Amino acid sequence: MNARSDNTSDQHLNSQPHTNSSASIDSTTGSVGVVTPQNFHFAEPLTLECNRTLPSFDLMVETYGTLNRDKSNAILICHALSGNHHAAGFHSADDKKAGWWDNMIGPNKAIDINQFYVVCVNNIGSCFGSTGPTTINPDSVGSDSFDANSSDEPQVYGPDFPLITIKDWVKTQAMLSDRLGIDVWHAIVGGSMGGMQALQWSVDYPERLKRCVVIASTPKLSAQNIAFNEVARQSILSDPDFKNGRYIQEGTYPRRGLILARMVGHITYLTDDAMKAKFGRDLKSGKFMYGYDVEFQVESYLRYQGERFSENFDANTYLLMTKALDYFDPTRDYPIRDYPSTVAKDTTESAVQIEDSIAASVESSKANAQSELEDAVTTIEDIESDRQQELSALKAAFAHTQCQYLVVSFTTDWRFAPERSQEIVDALMATGKPVSYINIDAPHGHDSFLFDIPRYMGAVKGFLTAPFITPSRPATGERS
Amino acid sequence: MRMDHQLAERWIAPQAHVLDLGCGNGELLAHLQQKLGVTGYGLEIDEDKINEAIGNGLSIVEQDLNDGLARFADNSFDTVVMARALQAVKAPDELLLDMLRVAREAVITFPNFAHWQNRIHLGLKGMMPVSEALPYEWYNTPNIHLCTFKDFELLCAQHDIHIINRFAVSDSEKGHTPLMKALIRQAPNLLADVAIYRVTKK
Repeated sequence: MNARSDNTSDQHLNSQPHTNSSASIDSTTGSVGVVTPQNFHFAEPLTLECNRTLPSFDLMVETYGTLNRDKSNAILICHALSGNHHAAGFHSADDKKAGWWDNMIGPNKAIDINQFYVVCVNNIGSCFGSTGPTTINPDSVGSDSFDANSSDEPQVYGPDFPLITIKDWVKTQAMLSDRLGIDVWHAIVGGSMGGMQALQWSVDYPERLKRCVVIASTPKLSAQNIAFNEVARQSILSDPDFKNGRYIQEGTYPRRGLILARMVGHITYLTDDAMKAKFGRDLKSGKFMYGYDVEFQVESYLRYQGERFSENFDANTYLLMTKALDYFDPTRDYPIRDYPSTVAKDTTESAVQIEDSIAASVESSKANAQSELEDAVTTIEDIESDRQQELSALKAAFAHTQCQYLVVSFTTDWRFAPERSQEIVDALMATGKPVSYINIDAPHGHDSFLFDIPRYMGAVKGFLTAPFITPSRPATGERS
Repeated sequence: MRMDHQLAERWIAPQAHVLDLGCGNGELLAHLQQKLGVTGYGLEIDEDKINEAIGNGLSIVEQDLNDGLARFADNSFDTVVMARALQAVKAPDELLLDMLRVAREAVITFPNFAHWQNRIHLGLKGMMPVSEALPYEWYNTPNIHLCTFKDFELLCAQHDIHIINRFAVSDSEKGHTPLMKALIRQAPNLLADVAIYRVTKK
């Protein structure tokens, strides 16, 4: 497959807007075919956000299509929590299971490999070949002081692998870009946690991407999101087979914990309606068995999905990935100065003080019903003030970005709801950045971003191939 | 190029920051970007039109105009444009005020319900008007708040909105004679089927 060397997508539009034929997907779409992952070794030490250093690391990478002469047609794909570098195609001629985003990437598909060179990286900390908890810890090699029980055997990192952030991943992806000789990405595309990486790229390396596609994502996790992650983590951590994360050394595996973690996660990817349509209250054997074995079809499905997941995924990786989600905050490097009073109050309040204030507020509402109403009013004001604060923080983070954005949400996604995507859009518009936003009507909840939905695919394709006409406007205050 | 788009171009400053409400496939926005170097966004709700506009490299945000403009700060734009959408929103008065909150000026076009053809439909035939500017039947029209030029100007007066310019056009009849054009200027509320207004806060 030849890449187009006469890539026209960055030329200025100098005629009437044309109807882009790419708005609908060509019927002659195909597969990228058989692909072989490549390993890239980075011998240099990598200092992470947590201040720990990896002495060296490896990245597993797949590429599709051909890089053009001026290296201007490269698109980076960022994977989500359970994803990996295998985004499209097959690993062998008999391979039945295509890559996780095969409906998006391929000849004439939304990300058209006839036109673009597509790169997908397995992030560090993962368990699919890039350096992570299941790879050998170089510190353990040739050292007998690491673990008393393990003599001179090289040990996997296990729980000793440092906690990783989205920012760390973006840094490693930038190092890979250097290795590939790609100075500027035509686009960086990601869904869910992948969208967070795309967003972080635009903040951390503004001059290195022209387009940023953020799908089914969020500017940061909500308390509810973190709560679900914590349930998943506790499922793993409380499994007796977890062995403080040294289950590989101990010859056990926290299978049950990982199954539970995936089950709870899986529920948040679906919707009530989708589960109703798929399973309803159907019983496996047609009657109540009056026991705790699998009875309802939905139970069977969740257990099956959990079990299958537990066979292919590492528990330490799952823990680490959920923490990376929780830590994600593109505004961290851009402290805002506008709202000192409320921030200071909230962050300095100790847990004891909060408990005291809760107790006090319970007392006062007992004493006076009127105060409940006042509390409610204060809460609404607090929410609005929080919203404004959040907007200001995002504006500060986005102020120096240089790319065009496409933000996509799905109507039934309650894990990262459309409102969360709109927060990104509002902050970008408030800083005058070029951004388009679509909210796709789809029934599959958060998982929708993995489905072949014509309008969704059409928008991504249109965005990636559109003429680059919108000049970025410098951030301005109020206009007079 | 639609007549009202050509006029809108005259009333928008070069390099202005523009918000286009109900931007459709972004035709006007694209034209303003090329001609005047404006920046800005289009809001639209039609899925196909949004995708078309995105494919043309425009910044389009999916939003129902009935949800208002609360997401935009005061004075965040130079001009808000709304072509033939005023009559289709739930609260045109509130939206008009909101437009003049987020921008200094608003350029608005809407069909004139008092056009002579509409009057004939209703007055003589006794039927709801169907015309080039209003191509729907009564049961499927999105135009739930139709008004006349007089009605619109009354609303502006009630809310202290100053009309900087107004222009009445008739795009249902091509190639008007100079006499007809003069007549339209004389009696726009009767003879023009589309009006374009440029308004600001007093």
